[in-house]
Amino acid sequence: MAIPATITLPAKLDSLYDFMDFVSSCTREQGFSNERISEIELALEEILVNIFKYAYKDCGFDGDIEITCKLADSQSFVIEITDSGIPFDIFSVGEPDVTADIDERQIGGLGIFFVKRLMDDVRYRREGGRNILTLVIYVAGRQADAAAGCRKRSGGNPPKSAHRRWALRSA
Amino acid sequence: MEFMEIQTAKEKNAVVVSVQGKIDAVTAPEFEKAISNLIAQGEKVILFNFSGLEYISSAGLRSILATAKQLKPTGGSILFFGLKGPVKDVFKISGFGTIFKMFETQEDALK
Repeated sequence: MAIPATITLPAKLDSLYDFMDFVSSCTREQGFSNERISEIELALEEILVNIFKYAYKDCGFDGDIEITCKLADSQSFVIEITDSGIPFDIFSVGEPDVTADIDERQIGGLGIFFVKRLMDDVRYRREGGRNILTLVIYVAGRQADAAAGCRKRSGGNPPKSAHRRWALRSA
Repeated sequence: MEFMEIQTAKEKNAVVVSVQGKIDAVTAPEFEKAISNLIAQGEKVILFNFSGLEYISSAGLRSILATAKQLKPTGGSILFFGLKGPVKDVFKISGFGTIFKMFETQEDALK
């Protein structure tokens, strides 16, 4: 699908595959590797399911989710996920203990952890009564499979700031 | 459209559960129910064949953990083999690859 493109659907599980198909058609069009497309799909599912479960729970009405795919600049493909539910900052959630054994392992918390780990950058803002979550995926690596061993990357590597940024925020 | 298929086969001291397709927020409840039924039937050792599994999200991991917690008091356990691609990565990132017993093949797992 040519970008920028936007889709708006009800915030319920029935919408999951339509949202995923929409974003996948955008990422395929951008030429990302299958591995990266799968990671984006996973991050997206985790965010959407979280919104389905919690965003409109106490609102007394069925809300929507809007997703826009676009290029922010020549280096960044961006997925913007917007809802009008209760404020939820993804960075307010602590990191799960991924070394805990079966008895101590808490059920939950992993989804958001995946989002932070798999995306190159994640940004949250609350604006006009809406939660706007921005997933940034660097496009320099999108054809890494095809380019590996063939030629040097031009323009240098993208900044690997995602994890650092998260570490700073949660420090 | 996504899908998930579950097949079970009884081995000597375990039941092998082969899952194909995707375990996501939509299919995870069905997955969890199938495993709960096996436990209710008295199965104690569950060996997951994930060689046909293309995708798993935290909803699937949640079901696996719930199953493991359910099995533990009975002295049972769950094991995995055949993980590949994105599923292998998810197990690695989440730490599930170290808290559960992982094998390359069914033969190795049943030894």
